[in-house]
Amino acid sequence: MALKDITLGQYFPGTTILHRLDPRAKLLLTVLYIVALFLAKNALGYALLAAALVAAILISKVGFKAVFRGMKPVFFIVIFTAILNLLYTAGAGEPLLSFWIFRIYWEGVRSAIFMVLRIMLLISCTFLLTYTTSPILLTDALENLMGPLKKIKVPVHELAMMMSIALRFIPTLIEETDKIMSAQKARGASFDSGNLIQRARALVPLLVPLFISAFRRADELAVAMECRCYHGGEGRTRMRQLKYAGADYTALVIGFTLCGGVAALNLLGVF
Amino acid sequence: MTNAIIKTENLHFSYPAEGTPKVVLDGVDLEIQAGSFVAVLGHNGSGKSTLAKHLNAILLPSGGKVYVSGMDTADESKLLDIRRTVGMVFQNPDNQIVANVVEEDCAFGPENLGVPPAEIRARVDEALKAVGMYDYREHAPHLLSGGQKQRVAIAGILAMRPRCVVLDEPTAMLDPIGRREVLGTIKQLNEAGGVTVVLITHHMDEAAQAGRLVVMAHGKVIADGAPREVFQQVEALRAVGLTVPETVSLLWELRQEGLDVPLDALSDEECAQALFRLLS
Repeated sequence: MALKDITLGQYFPGTTILHRLDPRAKLLLTVLYIVALFLAKNALGYALLAAALVAAILISKVGFKAVFRGMKPVFFIVIFTAILNLLYTAGAGEPLLSFWIFRIYWEGVRSAIFMVLRIMLLISCTFLLTYTTSPILLTDALENLMGPLKKIKVPVHELAMMMSIALRFIPTLIEETDKIMSAQKARGASFDSGNLIQRARALVPLLVPLFISAFRRADELAVAMECRCYHGGEGRTRMRQLKYAGADYTALVIGFTLCGGVAALNLLGVF
Repeated sequence: MTNAIIKTENLHFSYPAEGTPKVVLDGVDLEIQAGSFVAVLGHNGSGKSTLAKHLNAILLPSGGKVYVSGMDTADESKLLDIRRTVGMVFQNPDNQIVANVVEEDCAFGPENLGVPPAEIRARVDEALKAVGMYDYREHAPHLLSGGQKQRVAIAGILAMRPRCVVLDEPTAMLDPIGRREVLGTIKQLNEAGGVTVVLITHHMDEAAQAGRLVVMAHGKVIADGAPREVFQQVEALRAVGLTVPETVSLLWELRQEGLDVPLDALSDEECAQALFRLLS
């Protein structure tokens, strides 16, 4: 098992304009992009959005390879959705193909392609966000953007703190998992042989020590945080101050234009 | 009161347990002078870590009092002031580091204290320079060595500008190189930075470097003085399961044989000198 290959939340440090944008602007831009994705109803809209993403990936210099690698785990879901769409979309005209109980219509093909595109673009754009933004900045941005929710008693600061601590401990716990695995292997445990049930059972001696140690860590961390005068979000200042610059406004304008553009293209109704 | 930054008066602490509570601290009277370097030595279960946790109000006494700069640790309204006066570093650096960038972690303490952003920046830089980790300020902590991580943890405490730092076995999980790094940093803090240091340890050689040595056993202080003097009580130390530095041990054995050697040699050099004088 290659635990170190997990790309979730992986950040590629860089100095491109995409890296330097305010994390809040990037987060909003991602949200706008996703909205645009769901607005898109025809091939032109999808083409525009795909082109925008390709441009963004080129600017960020993270490389298409990294973006595609992130998509691997969802590959199965993408295929599955595509097949379902293909088989279960009823069309008006004659079926293109019919076998057994299934009839494939032109509408099915169309919605399968669009669905695959939509999922792939959605995942790529969120990956691009995490690739170009350090987790800590992302958490800051979330805390900042959700700030108004504090008024309706949403524990925004606590949520952001939990998220950043979780991110901080991912590598530590992965390392620990590796260590426990080696220790169990040294005593004859096997993690990658046998059928599914045997493999699942083999994980028990891995998960039990991992959980115990995670709780111990949590306990120690809580004491260490108290020692450093942590007492919740009240009266807390931040070293890093988020500030919108010209580029951030431009980025947001581009985001809104994209949404508007896609909505306008829908009216053309091509395909 | 003299120039004591920490003072404990007849400190008792026991964990509640079935039947009779388990007594961990059994009447500790201690005064720690501002600017001093005090090592607290003791075996596992001697109560030394429990004592450390009383020094910045993580634990509150079951009996007796602890004062930090004259503030009673049982006074909850003074809690933040007490914790910013006495900083605490623990054994496992992994479980003390909160953020995933070195400088962000270092900023955590001052951020909690509500220090203005520009001032935090200055403090973080200063603290990281003090522990020699400034060049690593943008690194991810999990990629650093154990000694480096522990120095980051120390910097995180220093950024709060405490007057006293309590270190609870900070080198227990480190390799020899890491231990040397951390110990060097601690000594420098005390000598150059003027920070009061309380070092909890079970390593003789670390304890020997302090200005004052407090030995604990069974929740009591059994010896207190300059390391040189304390280590001469070889029998008393051995009785509570502690060893003395090898140099002292050698001289003590010679003395048992009826030879006239001093017992206060802490370094190899001093020991060699003593042996040389004996032979010549």
